[in-house]
Amino acid sequence: MALTESAPAEADQMSQDRLRSMYRDMVLGRLLDERILVLNRQGRAPFAISGQGHEAAQVGVGYALRRGHDWLVPYYRDLTLVLVMGMEPRDHLMAALGRAADPNSGARQMPGHYGSRAHNIVTTGSPVATQILHAVGVAQAFRYRHEDKVVVVSVGEGGTSEGDWHEGLNWAAIYHLPVIFLVENNSFAISVPQSRQMAVPHVADRAIGYGMPGVVVDGGDVMAVHEAATQAVARARRGEGPTLLEAVCVRLQSHSSDDDQRRYRTADDLAEMRRHDPVERFRIQLEASAVLADGDADEIRLECQRLIEAAQAEADKAPVPDSATALLHVYGEG
Amino acid sequence: MAEVTYVEAIRSAMEEEMRRDDRVLLMGEDVGAKGGVFGATAGLFQEFGEERVIDSPLAEAAIVGVAIGCALAGLRPVAEIQFLDFIPPAMDQIISEAAKIRYRSNNDWNCPMVIRAPCGGGVHVHGALYHSQSLEALFAHVPGLKVVMPSTPRDAKGLLLAAIRDPDPVCFFEHKALYRSLREEVPEGEYVVPIGKGRVVREGRDLSCITYGATVHEAATAAERLASQGIQVEVIDLRSVRPLDRDLIVSSARKTGKVLVAHEANLALGVGAEVAAIVAEECFQQLDAPVMRLGGPEIPAIPFAESLAEVYCLGPDKIEAKLRELAAY
Repeated sequence: MALTESAPAEADQMSQDRLRSMYRDMVLGRLLDERILVLNRQGRAPFAISGQGHEAAQVGVGYALRRGHDWLVPYYRDLTLVLVMGMEPRDHLMAALGRAADPNSGARQMPGHYGSRAHNIVTTGSPVATQILHAVGVAQAFRYRHEDKVVVVSVGEGGTSEGDWHEGLNWAAIYHLPVIFLVENNSFAISVPQSRQMAVPHVADRAIGYGMPGVVVDGGDVMAVHEAATQAVARARRGEGPTLLEAVCVRLQSHSSDDDQRRYRTADDLAEMRRHDPVERFRIQLEASAVLADGDADEIRLECQRLIEAAQAEADKAPVPDSATALLHVYGEG
Repeated sequence: MAEVTYVEAIRSAMEEEMRRDDRVLLMGEDVGAKGGVFGATAGLFQEFGEERVIDSPLAEAAIVGVAIGCALAGLRPVAEIQFLDFIPPAMDQIISEAAKIRYRSNNDWNCPMVIRAPCGGGVHVHGALYHSQSLEALFAHVPGLKVVMPSTPRDAKGLLLAAIRDPDPVCFFEHKALYRSLREEVPEGEYVVPIGKGRVVREGRDLSCITYGATVHEAATAAERLASQGIQVEVIDLRSVRPLDRDLIVSSARKTGKVLVAHEANLALGVGAEVAAIVAEECFQQLDAPVMRLGGPEIPAIPFAESLAEVYCLGPDKIEAKLRELAAY
């Protein structure tokens, strides 16, 4: 297990365009997430589940992948990550409003259950950690066909208490499969703290028990996540096997729109957490290194807001699914 | 045409399909060098190698979950669960995941895979509580799954080819008492039996005995005995319990007006109840007797001692007695 921190010089090694693009994706994810919560509070979106606080971890990992080539098996906090993989704000506003054009499920599932074959994002359900095994199977298929693809599968730290988590890591390590097990550890599984999920300080401590590297990274530090993910992806692509990558995040919002974390977290804890907003942190970092000039951040924010406005206008007008389609697609045709 | 056993028919179906389609691969406990605890994959590891015949860790959820991932990535996995009794750890993967993948993604994804598992009591040794169960009703309740229960070597081959080529998840439950007790001519090469079509095992005008799996043979024996006494029993092999061959059930019930549904699985809330409901809904005017059912009693599974096991198991005698009761109604 190694604790990685981004070196200040590392930002210089990446093109400024790419850094701005990473920041832009974090902002887009954050603003879209906020918009969906507002729609929920307005009574227009029946359910919302937030990924606020996870943007740096998701962008850091997403930018380590080859888009259109590598695969993602996400979980319900990965709004920003699925945007990095190529989905659009409109896709998730369609889902939030239960529109037929929701590409994840045609409004058959609750929002936050991502999936898009066009973007190599595997369909996901609600049971926690079942997706771990699907990623291992996807990687087994890559290996069987001698493809140099990798698959990232994500889960919260609570999900690592499930049996499928154990079975998946064990299998992937035995067969040296190209999987990155991304744990977005935000310290809470709904209301249950990490100390009630495991007796070790880090999920990644368990990696040695499976025979794979375990890496803990500050999930608020996008460059540190990116560096760790890049190494894990390279290792997987070389055929050397899986990596357990734990990104320590903050959960800025409650578990879901049906939860209120003020009931089980102290005011001090919540206030302290807000000082670790990853989007703000990256903005300050990029402005300090002059990647963002004065006004750039505002401009990016405006551009993202315009995108979201246009997407919502489209979703507002879009039809709900025709009731006649409810019985379709249980089985394939013929 | 070669005469082969039921288990050999299953083995040859997988072998032929793996030669024909390089997307087909196998995974499960002991399916590799050993060839499976019942020999269903014998020789396939040697022919196709460890990348295509994968000895899995001892973890049933993983066997099914990894197979789902392979299917999502474009392969046609056949997962073996060593005994159907050990499938409960994989139920989340089967019910919550495999069965719902097409529907929940609005047809964006599908999950073409086969889950093979031996089920049922043995011939001499029944296997007791954890090596004998018939759990098909648990799966038959779930939209998105297909559940196939072949009763003969020909059907085992033809239905397994159909299952591997099916675009959706198929539970393929093999009765272990049939593995080596039956031998018949099975066509080599392309021989596909469509899923969802039952079979008339023997025609009869007086009574219908609707069944599937190993019970088909017990019912046929009972029918043979009754035929010598002038009672003509039509024996129907459903071959799959999801989908049920509704047309065949209805046409036989309308013809005879008297129906017995028999299966080895526990009776209460089982497949027989669904068949009986179909007959009641579709054939009420043609019935001359209430639909009767035979199945396992209200104990968890088949006990070990023969004196206890015989209380659970059907066999030709119990079926014959019930058919006589139905004939006399």
